[in-house]
Parts: sequence; structure tokens; C-alpha cells
Amino acid sequence: MRIPAAKYLLLALILGGAASVALSGVALANDSFTSPAGPIARDQLTHMYRVIGISMIAVLPVLIGVPIILIRYRRRKNTSATYAPDWDNSTPLEIIMWGVPLTIVGVLSAWLIHSTTMLDPYRRWGPDPLQVQVVGLDWKWLFIYPEQGIATVDDLVLPVDTPVELCLTTDTVMQSLLVGAIAGQIYAMPGMITRQNLIADTQVDTEGENTQFNGMGFSGQDFRARIVDQASFDSWAAQVAGGPVLTDEIYAQMGAQGHADDLAATLALPDGAPLHFTVPNATMFPRIVLRYHQNTAIPSHLQPGAPDYDPAAATLPAYAADDLSADACKVIFPSGHGHHAQHIDGGDHG
Amino acid sequence: MADPILGRLEWDSIIFAKFIEDPSVNEAVASGAGGLVVIGGLITLALLTYYRLWGPLWRDWLISPDHKRIGIMYVVVGIIMLLRGVAEGVVMRINQAFALHGGAPLAPEHVGELFSTHGTIMVLFVAVPIVFGLINFVVPLQIGARDVAFPVLNQMAFNFTASGAALMMISLVIGEFHTGGWTAYPPYTGKIFSPGVGPDYWIWAIIISGMGTTMGAINIFATIMKCRAPGMKLMHMPIFCWTALTSCVLLVYIMPPLTVASVMLALDRYLDFHFFTNDLGGNMMLYANMFWMFGHPEVYVLILPAYGVYSEIAATFSGKRIYGYTSLVVASAVIAVVACLVWLHHFFTMGQSASLNAAFGIGTMLIGIPTGVKIYDWMATLWRGRIRITTPMVYLIGFFILFVLGGLSGIILANPTIDYQVHNTLFLVAHFHNVLIPGVLFGLLAGIYYWFPKAFGFRLEETWGTRSAVLWSVGFIMTFMPLYWVGLLGMPRRSTSFEDPGFVPWLSLSAVGACVILLAIACLVISVLVSIRNRKALAVPVGDPWDGRTLEWATPCPAPAVNFYTIPNAEGRDAWYETKEAGLAYRQGKATVVHMPKSTTIGVTTLLTATAFGFAMVWWIWWLAILSFVLWIGAIILRSFDLEQEYEIPASRMYAAEAAWLIQARQAPGVTRDDEITPENRGLAALEAK
Repeated sequence: MRIPAAKYLLLALILGGAASVALSGVALANDSFTSPAGPIARDQLTHMYRVIGISMIAVLPVLIGVPIILIRYRRRKNTSATYAPDWDNSTPLEIIMWGVPLTIVGVLSAWLIHSTTMLDPYRRWGPDPLQVQVVGLDWKWLFIYPEQGIATVDDLVLPVDTPVELCLTTDTVMQSLLVGAIAGQIYAMPGMITRQNLIADTQVDTEGENTQFNGMGFSGQDFRARIVDQASFDSWAAQVAGGPVLTDEIYAQMGAQGHADDLAATLALPDGAPLHFTVPNATMFPRIVLRYHQNTAIPSHLQPGAPDYDPAAATLPAYAADDLSADACKVIFPSGHGHHAQHIDGGDHG
Repeated sequence: MADPILGRLEWDSIIFAKFIEDPSVNEAVASGAGGLVVIGGLITLALLTYYRLWGPLWRDWLISPDHKRIGIMYVVVGIIMLLRGVAEGVVMRINQAFALHGGAPLAPEHVGELFSTHGTIMVLFVAVPIVFGLINFVVPLQIGARDVAFPVLNQMAFNFTASGAALMMISLVIGEFHTGGWTAYPPYTGKIFSPGVGPDYWIWAIIISGMGTTMGAINIFATIMKCRAPGMKLMHMPIFCWTALTSCVLLVYIMPPLTVASVMLALDRYLDFHFFTNDLGGNMMLYANMFWMFGHPEVYVLILPAYGVYSEIAATFSGKRIYGYTSLVVASAVIAVVACLVWLHHFFTMGQSASLNAAFGIGTMLIGIPTGVKIYDWMATLWRGRIRITTPMVYLIGFFILFVLGGLSGIILANPTIDYQVHNTLFLVAHFHNVLIPGVLFGLLAGIYYWFPKAFGFRLEETWGTRSAVLWSVGFIMTFMPLYWVGLLGMPRRSTSFEDPGFVPWLSLSAVGACVILLAIACLVISVLVSIRNRKALAVPVGDPWDGRTLEWATPCPAPAVNFYTIPNAEGRDAWYETKEAGLAYRQGKATVVHMPKSTTIGVTTLLTATAFGFAMVWWIWWLAILSFVLWIGAIILRSFDLEQEYEIPASRMYAAEAAWLIQARQAPGVTRDDEITPENRGLAALEAK
């Protein structure tokens, strides 16, 4: 019984491998980096192929060698294969065994440093990028365009061939924003700001999503992301600017658990009206970040995203427009704030 | 407000009450699962009573400090939890296959609990107990010791792990588990966003079982350092012992960050601290770092002993000395050290600088070097051998082919810039299943087949065993290869709904694959049942069914309570094989008086009080928490007054037992490897010409 079993296994492994390779070659139009719409996603894809290619030097000997060894040295009667039961070391072989992986990892490391530096999400793609402030909420995204004085929910429109810097935070638990066709993901965390720089070179209508599980509505937290030409962007921005003012009261409603359509229902917007708003000044984003830096505990009914959150009671702290930084991704603390302010940038980008 | 007697426990907390209120598919599945636990438990109790097994269960197992029996109990706990974990996996895969446009039959809350329990169980209550079971069972036998260094600590360690597993099972029936994944990232699992009992079940299962893991690791470390048979140098130890040693050293280093992180989360939830909250200076980045300082080395803790199993079976079943012993030892040590320097790759996307990401990315790829060396070493061990393709070898073959693919995806993920794209997607899910199933689980199953005769006296039959091994590989490929692809297409893990119809064929294939894995488990169970029925024909009482090379084969099957009647020659890397070759095997040794540890009830006391304590803390039943804690400490203090903790076996009895075994050995036919899996095999290997 043991011989057929091994044969079936080998056959299954070979067929499975071949099928995976064949099927993965099928190109599908999709919203991920496998259909890149900009240099970042394209380089990420290229880098992946490069890593796979270089790694094959170490992988293929196993995939090819194991079946050969099994066939050649399987115990059977009257075999002509050599048997060396006491052979247990070989210095040249040791040098190859350690040397080849070491060399491969050396080469891969050089590429890794290069690609990680070049595609660092904090690295700007040009001076003075278009800055968009992103607030992750349960289970929707608020995009604030401080220069344009507008805001949208779950609708990201960016001009093509223009450097963009997203500044991310959340007003609930941690989330992760991914617009795969353009760039990778970055975490967004409450009371902190992370950045994702990006640039697109193709006009596409794609999708962005949250990839970090954040509750029952997690799976619906995706949004339309469009890359358009500059003229279309300008006219879109002008059109959005016709929307209602994003007041504190409206923002407080956004903090309640629910998707964008739930929010539209709460706000009693006319049927089909987009969640587009005018933002009179750029203090909304700093105030959201500073909510968690008041040197005081916040009860659960005042925390957006909590099950018992009460939009009517929750308030954002005040922030003077004079304190705004020229860099919309930077929040300058008004004087009087304590040491809790120290963690405002994600990771070690302090 | 919590009730002074029952805490926050209410009638509605019991899972069946929810089904009575809302008889939906979702609640039916939940109640069905809870029902299985209750019915399974009742059937077990009934069978134990019917066959009058309470006495033997108590005397021979629950109060036994015998490392072999404790090892077997670890494996049994692991297998029971494996059944639950696999069932959860299959339910999730089927559910997701139907999840286009929100069509999934299960509610998101339920799916959240499923992926959280599935992950927690598979890592901490399947892999850890089976790894510890094998180590416990095998290491003392391989180093020629009569027992572990601290047999009673060993019993307590096992019972802490069992207590954590019990809490996981209770959460299926009373209350609910949390939905924040096995990593339980705050602030989502903090009291603001998860006010229920779910995260508390996780916290106490982790803390209680973590104590057991730490104790177990210290014990094995001490055993290997202090209890080796005379003549066995460290560099003579079987590779499995080396991997057990590196794994236990690693555990002693990595358990504290997990314990501290979960205690800090408990302080946040119970006493209003703000370590990981959104407000008042809390920072979940701290938690992510501490969790993964444990979490990443943990997977090496699990896979190193699996590598040890592969080393043993590669040498045994190709009839050769292990190739590159020193390389394998060095590689294990390198893996253990570098494992502690890579944790940040679990959150490349948290906003740190490119140079930091690059450093940890390179650290991660470095692990590929010793791992690659190991794989080549095993290939070189098979090369110019006489390979017998038994069930453990089928697992090894599946491991070779599939694990390198998992390694490849690991190298891909080690590149921060690619990780930005596939982090948190099903690509990642496919990757870690690719290393944990063909890597860890195949190794553990291979080890169970390999050492089973040493535990129970008979081999496991091969037909259903190989079928199971083949189906595991096939099922794995079908289930997880499609997930790589949909992950590349950007499908997040933990999705309960999706909009792209292009995912459906892949997820359906994956669901079918999960059912193939169920078939593999069924074959595994059949294999064990058939073997029990044919145990007379499969018996290998002389003790050396595979023409073994290391000391565990130098004693009868099943191994006697004292392990060895007389301590065998332990010099040389293949001590037992060299003894056989020199014609010195199966000779009467010089019997001596043997001291063995007495049975003790401290383990059972630990199980009951720790489970009661955990349950009480979850439900805020403070009086019970205090009572069980006091009882547990009291029992330990009380036992410390008992100064006679060993009993004596006279030399004459040891002599007689050994003589009886040697008569058996002389009467048994020596079988060549051609007849290894026939009833001819009584456990005496014939010397074969080279």
C-alpha cells in the first residue's frame, strides 16, 4: 500500500503546483496591485517577481531534487543505487549549503533596502503634495481636503500624475487603509497620525478598503477611489464644495457604528445625495487627533465606535486656527497640553 | 452591576438560551457546537462509567507523574482541540465561499468568534500541547533518563495547559469568545469596544496556560542539561533533543512579554488602567510590540521540534546516519536567536521609518538561511540511503515540497514594500498556514506515527495512515493555494462579505479543500481505530520496530514506567544503532535500586482550581476567584510537608523485568526492513549487510 500512496502524493503535488502556476497566470481586471495604476504599485509588483525569481535558486533544487532522490534511493530489491549509510558530512557540500542561501539573502537584502527606501510611504513624490486628511471611523472613511475646503465619506478622488500625501488617523479602533492599485497600506490609529504618500499615472476607477478587522461592519468598509485628470478633479472639488457644512453635530453622527449608507439615512440626506461636505476651516482633523490628548479619561459613551456611543453628547476639543501648521499632516499642540502628546506620530516618525 | 453570587453570569449567557430565543442558522450552528461539547463530555463520562475506567484513569493517568503518560495526555488534549479547530476552519471556509454580497449564512459576530478561537486554539492549544507532548514523551527516553528533572512540576504544567483548554471549551457553551483575533489587539479588545466576557476568556486562558508553558519549558531545559545518561555529551544528543532544548530556551525568553501584555490588558479591562486605551496616553503600539515579541518566536518554538522529528525520521527511514549533525545543531540555535529579532515584520505598516523596516526585513530573511540549510541537510540524509516510504515519510515528502513554498512566501512577505500590499490579506493567511500545516502539523503527526509504538506497544497500521497523510497534502494545496491568489487580489482576511464575483471560484475550491482535510482527519481516526482492533498483529514488544538509531528504541514497547531497566550505553550520536552493530544489544545489565516519584493529586488540584479561578475572573464571581486561588496555593503548601515523595523499586525486580524482556527479544524473529510493516515485525530489527 505504501508505494501507490507515495506516487499519488507526488502526482498530486505536481498537478497542484502546475495548476497553481497556470491559474495564477490568468490576468483578471482587479483592484489590487496586480493591476497597478501607478509607479508604486507597479514597482511593488516588479519587486515581488524579482524576489520570487532570485529565491528560485534555493527553491528549485528542493522541488526537483526531492522527487529524484526518492525515486533513485527508494528501498527495493536488486537496486543498483549506491548506499552510503555512514556518510554524514562533506565540507564542500556544507560550504554550498550555507553559502548559496547566504548569497541569495545578501542579494535580496540589497534589493530590500533599495525598494523599502524608494517606496517608503513617508517619502514624498514631489514638493508640496496635495494633502488629504483621512479619518477612519466605524465603518467608513472620512476624507478631508484642507486646501480645497471639502470633505467626503467613502469617496476618494485624486488627480493623476500629482504627488499626494494622505495623513491618517482614526476616531475609533485601529484600521488600515489600502488602495492596492496605487500604493500599499498603512495603519491609522487614534490620537496618532501616519502618512501614505502616493502618485498615480493612470486614470482608473478603483477601490480602497480597510484591511484591519474592526468589528461587525468591517467587510463593508470599502470605498470608491478614482484617479482623474486635473480639470476633472477641479470641477469635482467645486461640485463637492456645494454640499452642506461639516458641522460638529454632523461629524458626531459619523462616529456611530454603521456604513456610509447608514450615515446618509441618519443625516436624512435626499435620496442618492452623495456624502459631500464643505469644510470651512482646517481645524477638524487636529481636533479629532487631540480628542485623545486631553489628559482626561473619556467614558465609553463619548468614544466614537463604542457600542454605547452617544453622538448627541460627544464633543471635540477646541483648536485655534492660528495654531495650524503649514503641513496639514502635522498637528501642533496648543500650549497647556501635557506629556500625553508625545505619541502623536505613528511608529518612530516623531 | 455584578451579582455577589453569580457575578455577571445570567441564564442568557448559556448558548442554548440564545437559540431558543432566535432559532436561526447562525444560532443553530453556535448551539450545535456548544451541544457537541456538552454531548461529547457526557458520552465520555458515560463510557468511562460503563467500562469502569474511573479507577484506571485516576490512578494511571491523572495522578501519575510519569513523563510518558503526561506526554500522552498533552497529545490527547491537543488532538481534541485539533478536532474543534479544524471544524471551525471548515465552517469558516464554507461560510466565506457563500459570502458574495453578504450572502454568508453566519452572522459577522459568529465569524469573528470563529477566527479568534480557531487561531488561539490552533497555536496555543493544539500545536503547543502536541509539541510538549512529544518532547515530554521522547526527550527523557532519548537521553537515557528515567524521568524528567521535575516530575511534579511537569504534572502541574500540563494541568495549567489543560485548564486553559478547558476555559476555551467553556467559552463555547457559556458566554462568548471575543472577535478580535488570536492576537486580541486593543483597543478593539479593550472594555470600551468589547465590554463582554469574550476578551476575558482569552486573557485568562492565555495567562493560565502560559504559566504551564513556562514551567514545562524550564523542566525540559533542566532535564536535558542535568539528566542525560552517563556518557552522553551534548553533541551526542539526538537532533530532536537539540530542537527541544532550543525551543524551551526560546520559550523561557518569550513567555514573559505575552504574560505581561495580557496582564496589562486585564488591568485595562478590570481596574481601569490605560495601557492600551485610546485616551489618557494609552498606546496599542506597545501591545503590538509585546505580543509579537512573543508571537513570532512562538512559531519557531513550534517548528523547531517538528524539524527535530523530521531529522529523526529522515535518518531512520533512509537507514543512514543523519547528514550534517553540527550544521543542524548550529542552524537550530541560529533560528532560535534570530527568531527574537524579527517581530516587527508583523506590523511593517505601523508607520515606522524605512530603515527600521529594512532592518527587520533583512532579519526575517536571515531565518531563511539556517532553514534552507536544514532542508538541504535532510535531502543529503536521504541521498544514497535506502528510503522506506512509511507514513511519517509521506508527511516528510509533503513537508519538503509544500514547506519550501511557504518559505518562499515568507521571503516575499519579509520585503516591507510587498508586505504593504499583502499584509492583512488572505495571502498572509495562506502563508502562515503553509508553514504551520506542512511545517509544524505534518511534523507532529509524523512524530505521533513514529513514536506511537513506544507509547502503546503496537504500530499504527499503514494503509489508512498513508491515505491520511496524502489527503492532508492534497487538502492543504486545495485549501490554501487559492487563498494566496485571492490575497494577491486584495481580499482582506477575516472578511465576512465581499463584492467581487471573481473570488467565488477560488473560495469555493478552498472550501472543498477544507472538506478534503476533514477526510484526512477521518482517515487518521480510522487508522487509529483499525490499529487498536489489530493491536495484536501490530504489537512490537521487543521495542525497536523501525531499526532505530537512538536510545528510545533500546527499551521495550510500551516503554516501562522506569524507561530503562538498566541505563543503556549512551556514547555516540547513534548510540543504540552502534550498540546493535557491535553486537552488544539486548544484554542483561547490572540492575540497581531505582527511585521513582510517587503519584500526586497536585496536578488535578491545579486543573480544578485554575479553571475555577479563570472562570470566576471572567464572570466577576469574586468569592470563587479568591476561594480557588487560596485552595490552589494551600494545596501546594500542604504538599510541601510531604517529605516522602519517592518510592523504591528493588534491584531484584528490575533484574527480573529485564530478564523477561530479553527472553522475549531472543524468541522474536529479527525482521529486515523489507518486512517492517508486516505482522512479522515484533520489534526486533535484523542486522542487515551494508
